[in-house]
Formats: sequence, C-alpha cells, structure tokens
Amino acid sequence: MTPDLLEQGARRVEERLAAIARQNSQTESGGRQAGFSRVKANDDVDVTHGRILYLEDVNVSFDGFQAIRNLSLDIAPGELRCIIGPNGAGKTTMMDIITGKTRPDSGSVYFGSTINLLRYRESDIAQMGIGRKFQKPTVFENLSVFENLELALKTHKGVRSSVFFKLDSAQGDRLAEVLETIHLSDSVVRQAGNLSHGQKQWLEIGMLLMQDPKLLLLDEPVAGMTDEETERTAELFLSLKGKHSLMVVEHDMGFINTISDIVTVLCDGSVLAQGTLAQVQSDERVIEVYLGR
Amino acid sequence: MNTAKIHSAKMPLVLPTPAPLLSKSAWAAWLLAAIVLCALVPLLNLVVAPDSVLHISDFLVGLLAKIMCYAICALAMDLIWGYTGILSLGHGLFFALGGYAMGMYLMRQIGHDGNYKSDLPDFMVFLDWKTLPWHWALSDSFVATLFLVVAAPAALALVFGFFAFRSRIKGVYFSIITQAMTFAAMLLFFRNETGFGGNNGFTDFKRILGIPLATPGMRMVLFVLTGAVLLLFFLLGRYLVNSKFGRVLQAVRDSESRLMFCGYSTLGYKLTIWTLSAMMCGVAGALYVPQVGIINPSEMSPANSIEIAIWAAVGGRATLIGPIVGAFLVNGAKSWLTVTYPEFWLYFLGALFIGVTLFLPDGVVGLVNKLRSKRA
Repeated sequence: MTPDLLEQGARRVEERLAAIARQNSQTESGGRQAGFSRVKANDDVDVTHGRILYLEDVNVSFDGFQAIRNLSLDIAPGELRCIIGPNGAGKTTMMDIITGKTRPDSGSVYFGSTINLLRYRESDIAQMGIGRKFQKPTVFENLSVFENLELALKTHKGVRSSVFFKLDSAQGDRLAEVLETIHLSDSVVRQAGNLSHGQKQWLEIGMLLMQDPKLLLLDEPVAGMTDEETERTAELFLSLKGKHSLMVVEHDMGFINTISDIVTVLCDGSVLAQGTLAQVQSDERVIEVYLGR
Repeated sequence: MNTAKIHSAKMPLVLPTPAPLLSKSAWAAWLLAAIVLCALVPLLNLVVAPDSVLHISDFLVGLLAKIMCYAICALAMDLIWGYTGILSLGHGLFFALGGYAMGMYLMRQIGHDGNYKSDLPDFMVFLDWKTLPWHWALSDSFVATLFLVVAAPAALALVFGFFAFRSRIKGVYFSIITQAMTFAAMLLFFRNETGFGGNNGFTDFKRILGIPLATPGMRMVLFVLTGAVLLLFFLLGRYLVNSKFGRVLQAVRDSESRLMFCGYSTLGYKLTIWTLSAMMCGVAGALYVPQVGIINPSEMSPANSIEIAIWAAVGGRATLIGPIVGAFLVNGAKSWLTVTYPEFWLYFLGALFIGVTLFLPDGVVGLVNKLRSKRA
C-alpha cells in the first residue's frame, strides 16, 4: 500500500460522494435522502418521496359493478391536478375512497409515505389534512355563514372541547380572512340555506380553507357558478397551488384550461390518459370515450 | 369584480359575538317562572284559604307537577330530536327506568306497613320470595337511589346508543329499534320473576326519607323540586345549544357526512346528547313516581314514547321553550278532554299530530315567532 494508492482511493470516495450529492439535489424531495431514517413529526405528512397522495391498484365494485378498476394515481405536494372523465368514470368514488367513505376491495391508498388511509375513519382523515368538497354544495343550512366556518375551523374536535369552545383572536382573524377570500364578508350572519348556489359553493370551499388541509379534493367546484364566480374560483385555486395540493374534478373545460398543469382522464374506473390538457385532448382514446364510439 | 373592491375598502370585519345564555327579557321570564313555581303556587295552595278564589287546589298542583315531569321529557326529546335530528320513540323507557329506581326505594320505605307486615315488599311476599333479589341491593339507600335514577337510563342509553350509532343506524330505522327496545322492556317488566312487581308495578307508597308522602307540605316540596329541575334543565339545554357543541348537533341533523369530512367524529356527539337526554328522562321519572304514587310497565308502552315526541312537535322542535309549551298544551287538553269527552281524546291526539305536521312544522312557538316577525 503506497501513499499514491491511498490518495487515489480518497479521491474516488470524494467523487462518488459528490456524484451522490449532485444526484440528490435533483430529486423532487429537494435533495433530502429518502433512504435514511428521519424524525417523524406527528401531525405532519411525510412527503420526502415527493408524493402526497398515492393510490395503487385500487379496485371497488358495488353489487358486481366494477366502479374502480386497477386505479393507480399519485399527486405531488403543491400540485394542482385536474381529473376529467365521462359520467360514471369513478371520479366521485375515487374521492370516497380517499376520504374513507368507501372501502376498496383491494389496493393501497397512502397519504404521504407513511399514512395508510384505509385504516382511518372519515373524521380522522379530515383531521389529518384532507379536505373535501362535495359535488352538490353541502353546507349546514340552518346555521349562519359564520357558524359554518367556525365549525370547520382547525381545532380540537372532541365533545368536551366543543362544549367549552371559545373563538380566540387568532382564530377570529383567520375566519375573517377566509370570509374575505370567499367574498362572503357581507353575509356573516346570514343563514347558509338562504345563500345562492354559487355562494354555497364558495362557503363550502371556505369551510375547506378553515380546515387548512394539505390536500383538497374538489368535486365540481364551479358547477352552477356564474362566469365571474368561476373566474374568481380559478384565481383562488391558483393562489392555493404550491401551499396546498389540489385535486379538482370538473367538466368545465374552460375552467380546466385556466388552472391545469396535468390533467388525468378517468374512464371506467381507471386512468385512461394523463398529460397537459392539449395532450389529452388530442389523444385518440380520449376523443373516443368523449364522443362515443 | 367591483364588489370585491368595495370589500377591500371596507372597515375590518366585525365577527358576531357569542349569544348570551338568555336575553334580558328571557331572564325576566325565567325568573318570573321561578317565582311562580317556587313561591306563588306554594303560597296560594298552602296559605290561601280553600274557599278563596285565588286558592290553587291540590288537584291542580298535582296536575301541574305531572305536566312538569312530562315537560322535562319533552325537553330531553327536543335535544335529541329537535336539535340532533334523531327521533327516539323509546324515551318512555328511560322515564320509566328512573321511575322504577325511585319506586324501588319508595317500596322499601314502606317498611312493615304493607298488607303483609313483612320486611319485603308486598308483591314479593305474594310471590313467596324469602329474600330481596340482587338488583334490590341498593334500594334501601336514598343516595344510591339518586345515583341509580340517572345511572340506569344512562347505562342503557350508552350501550344501546353505542351499537346503534356505531353501526350508523339512522332515521326511521333508529326510531323503530328504539320503539322495539321500549316494547321489549315493557314485556320484561310485566313478568313477575324479573322482580319489578309485574303488571301492578309499585304503588301504595307511604313515605320518602322517613317523611310521609301524603302531606300537603311534602307534596309541595316535590312540586317545587320538579319546577326547579325543569328550570335548571332548561338552562342546561340552553347552555349546550348555545355552545359550539349545540351547533355541532345541528350540523349532525343537517348534514352528517359534511360534518365528518370537517373532522368531527359524530359518534361521540350523538352518544353524549343521547345519554344526557336519557338521564333527563330518568330524573323526570323519579320526580313523577312519588307524586303520582304508582309506576307500572304501562309507562313503557310504545304509545307513551310517541306522545313525548308529539309534545315536542306541537310546541316546536329546535326551540327549547317549545317542547315545554307543547307538554303543557297537549296534557292540559288531555286532562280537560278525558274528563269532558273521554271517547274523543285519542281522535284529538291523532288529529293534533296530523294538523301540526301539515300546518305547523315549527310548532306553536314557530307560529308565534313567525307572526311576531311578520308584525315587525
């Protein structure tokens, strides 16, 4: 063993480490290394692998009808993903699975790398940071706009904390901020049941924002909105992108065109195509399912 | 887009402050009710001479006390049905359980003064039992009885509710199984060997805490106690529905799945209000039995539970005062009609229920509120 050989060896090690560092800095996880153990923060979703939602080979059937067939899909943190597809493609069922309403027959659904969503109930999943807007706007009709938002507020949601709950000033500020965002500051004490359809949609989106979710699932958020309201919604979603991950199911192609990066086309319960809107719109198979065969 | 600019130019938003427990006028009414129940009625019954116009007869005192017990049940029903949207047709059972717990104590208080001059209650002697059954072990103690009055209905409600709510049984299915529950319990209590006096139940009570029951003073003490419990339960209900807890209950009623996706586990909420409601009925039953002097399994009959729901519906669901008003209206009408036109009472009750469902979905209080807001 000569000093030369030692030196060469040392150089090789350095080069190798540098190569690894180069490689890592290009990963979506921002250079953190996935393979090493790390401290698990309890109320945080582990997105080190660059995926906040991960569905693999999910199958569901209702009374013999296969609603979801080998569905695999994943979403990156901060991504705004649009989902389109003909009626009965399984879009709403997919959201039911992610939010714990429907249990799949097989397959795996992960939130981040560590949370197996199939183990939790709807309320737990919501508390972990997945918010959902229904297809039909669903708000608490007999409560005021303020009370609707207050209920959605991110806080302890057990019985005892609700009995003794008092809105503190930080929470009040947050509420006012969301009211501003959803343009309902004028209707704070109005009964939610008396709002217009579009306003109910907004209120429901506001309730999602109050939950401060990491992932938002939005089922036809602009259905029944005026053009102006749709435009505002698009602005809102684009401003949420990056901070939150969004999955938007819509039929309004104009709206999708405004907000989308990647569009996933669902058909018969599985992914048919994926890409930019222009790409999927020019895809032969997509044209076929939309125009009929 | 113009509206958005106006928004941003506006002053900072003022959020609504939490509503007070009762408004000033409501506090005044509450205090007035307290004075009437705790001072005026005793005064007019005990002090004012019987031949005076102002005198309140013992019959009326007894009737009012009975109706106040019913009003507590209606209030309890309102919390679970009016606010949470869960229609129970088995609340008569919780009422009867509280009543039976108190009845057992009152039976033991008879001591040797029964027909058979025995240490055991008469019906046990009649059945030729030599010792007290195990479930009578606590019946000698008044404190234990007070505990059982709430614990027995609560325990049943908790177990029943846990399985029903965990299985997500809702709507009419829940109503039907509660109805079945009270019917099954009635059959059970009818049997002599369960040790609850069979179809005769418990009666012929002599004293409570060693004090004779049949004195005017004791009757008035029980009356005032019933009134106080009703008023306090009203405040408790008011506190609950005013809190965020109450709004969660209404959210359960309006859209339970939305609430779950907001991160609420609704099981705990439903179970809490369901159990609390059962406990309130148990207390009502315990107040009812010494004043009426009898408890038997017919209190668990399905019709009784349905009547509780009718009181709440007539008065007005989801207003706390409504069910109390409803209990007084319906039972007042009942005691008048069963005397004057006894054969028409059931027709009247049926017609009332149909009429309220069709024309007064918000009950009498809802109607008054509507008229008042129209005038304003």
